[in-house]
Amino acid sequence: MKPRVPVVDGLFTEDAGPPALLGGRCPRCGSVFFPKQWSFCRNPHCDGGPLDDTPLSTRGRLWSWTDNRYAPPPPYPAGDPFEPYGVAAVELDAEQMIVLGQLARGTDIGRLQLGQEMELVVEPLFEDDDAVHTVWKWRAGSVTG
Amino acid sequence: MSDVQILGVGMHPWGKWGRNFAEYAVVAARAALADAGLSLGDVQFLAAGNTMRNGYPGYVAGSTIAQALGWSGIPVSSSYAACASGAVALDAARARIQAGKADVALVVGADTAPKGFFGPLPGDRPEDPDWLRFRLLGATNPTYFGLYARRRMERFGATAKDFAAVKVKNSRHGASNPNARYRKVFTEDEIAESPVVAEPLRLVDICATSDGAAAVVLTSAEFAARQSDRRPVTVAAVSTVTPTYPNTDLDLPDIATDSGVGAPPHARPFRDAIAHVAYEEAGLGPEDLSCAEVYDLSTALELDWYENIGLCGPGEAEALLHSGATTLGGRVPVNPSGGLACFGEAIPAQALAQVCEIVTQLRGDAGERQVEDATVGLAINQGLFGHGSCVIVTR
Ligand SMILES: [Zn+2]
Repeated sequence: MKPRVPVVDGLFTEDAGPPALLGGRCPRCGSVFFPKQWSFCRNPHCDGGPLDDTPLSTRGRLWSWTDNRYAPPPPYPAGDPFEPYGVAAVELDAEQMIVLGQLARGTDIGRLQLGQEMELVVEPLFEDDDAVHTVWKWRAGSVTG
Repeated sequence: MSDVQILGVGMHPWGKWGRNFAEYAVVAARAALADAGLSLGDVQFLAAGNTMRNGYPGYVAGSTIAQALGWSGIPVSSSYAACASGAVALDAARARIQAGKADVALVVGADTAPKGFFGPLPGDRPEDPDWLRFRLLGATNPTYFGLYARRRMERFGATAKDFAAVKVKNSRHGASNPNARYRKVFTEDEIAESPVVAEPLRLVDICATSDGAAAVVLTSAEFAARQSDRRPVTVAAVSTVTPTYPNTDLDLPDIATDSGVGAPPHARPFRDAIAHVAYEEAGLGPEDLSCAEVYDLSTALELDWYENIGLCGPGEAEALLHSGATTLGGRVPVNPSGGLACFGEAIPAQALAQVCEIVTQLRGDAGERQVEDATVGLAINQGLFGHGSCVIVTR
C-alpha cells in the first residue's frame, strides 16, 4: 500500500487521536495563528514569542460555503476529468477565527446550513505513483438551531 | 495642506488585446496629458502601479512607462498593492505635490492579463499564503467571492435574483461607455443560463480579467489655477489603509483569519474603515455623494460595498438596489461606468479607471451615462494582502 503523506508538511497532525490543524499560540497573550507562518506574535499589543505549537479546535460552526465547478490553475492538482469540490469557511469558537478547508467528499452541499457543526477530517487530495497526498477538510456534523 | 487637483484623465479601452502593457500605458498617459493641455516635458514625477504578470518590466512599471514615453530624467515610483495599486501610486504622487517637490505628476496603471483564473506565481512556495490556498484548497478568487455571496444570502436573505439585478444594472450603465470591454445589456433570463462557477455565483456574476490602462495628471492647486482653459477637479481624500489587528474578516488570499483571542475586535471592519478614513479626510459623508465607483469583483460584492460606504445599513443593500437609488437617474448611481462587470479587471489600472470615471462624471462629460449635476464622487476598492483604496473627488 502507498504511504499517506500530507500535501504540505506541518499544517495538521494525526498523531494523537482525531486529526487537528497545527497552529502557533502566543505564550503571552494567547493569540492563535494558522498557519503558524512566523515565530513571533503578530498582535501589535504584545511582543510575545516564540509561538508554541498548538492543535486547533477540531470542531466549529459553518460560516459560509461554496461549490467550485471549474478546475483551478496549478498548483492545484486538478484531476482529469475534473471533479468539482466544495470549500467551507468554519468559525472556531475557542480561537475566535475562521479557517477554510475543502468540504469532505460526499458532502451534500444543498443541505448545508449556516452555523451547523463541522468536524475536521483528513482525506486524500490526490494520488501519484509514490504516495497518497492528504489534506484537512471539513465534514458536516449534526445540524444545530 | 494645499489641495491637489486632477487636470487630466486618459484611458486605453479595456479588452483582451494581447499587446505589451506599456503600449496601453503610453496611449492612456498621452491622452491624460492632452486632456490636461500639457506635454511630457511638464511632468516632474511619474508614479505607476505594478503588474506582477509581465516580468521585470511589470515590477518596475514606473521606469518601464517612463522609458516607453521617452526618458525625461524625472524621478519615478512603482507601487504594488494588488487591485489597489493605482490608488497607492496616486497617493505617492499626491504626497510629492503636497510636499512641494513637484507641481505636475503623472499616474499610470496598465496591465496585460492572462487567460482564465488568476493563479499564483510559479514555484513551490509553501510559506506563501497565495500559493497555499491554490495548492491545498483550490481556493481561487471566485471561491472567496462565492463564500461572501453565500454568507450574504444566509445572513440577509439575498437571492440569486438580487445578484442578477446588479448585473442587469451595470450592463445598462456600461452599454454606452467606449472604454468598457463588455457592452452587452443583460437580462435576468440570460444571467440564469450562465454556468455556475463558484456557487451561488455564475460566470456573469464574476468579473473577467482584462487588458487596459488608465492615467491621471495631478497638479498643485497653484499650477491648476494658471491653466485657465482647463476644468480641474479636487482630490478631496485618498485612503490607502490596511486592516487593524485582529482582522477577523475572511480576506484573500489567507486560508484563516486572525484570532480574536489576544486583542479586542476592532470597532470598524476593514472595508468600512477604507471608506471612513476617506470621508474623515474629505469632511464629507455618504449623504454627500453624487455617485460612486465600487469594486464589483462579483455582483454580490457590490451590495456589500453599499453598506461599507454607508449608503445603507447592513442587510439593506438589496432594498436600496431595487429602489433604483443606485441606478443612473437615481439618488446616488453606483458604477455609472458599468463597473468591473463591463470592464473586467486590469489590476494596476483599475483603481485609476475608477478615478477617471468619477472625474468624467464631475465634469459632465459622460454622455449617455451622465449622473445629473455630479459634484462629489467616491471610488473604492480592496486589493489582496490587506490593501484598501478610496479616493474622493469633488468639484
Ligand atoms: Zn502575543
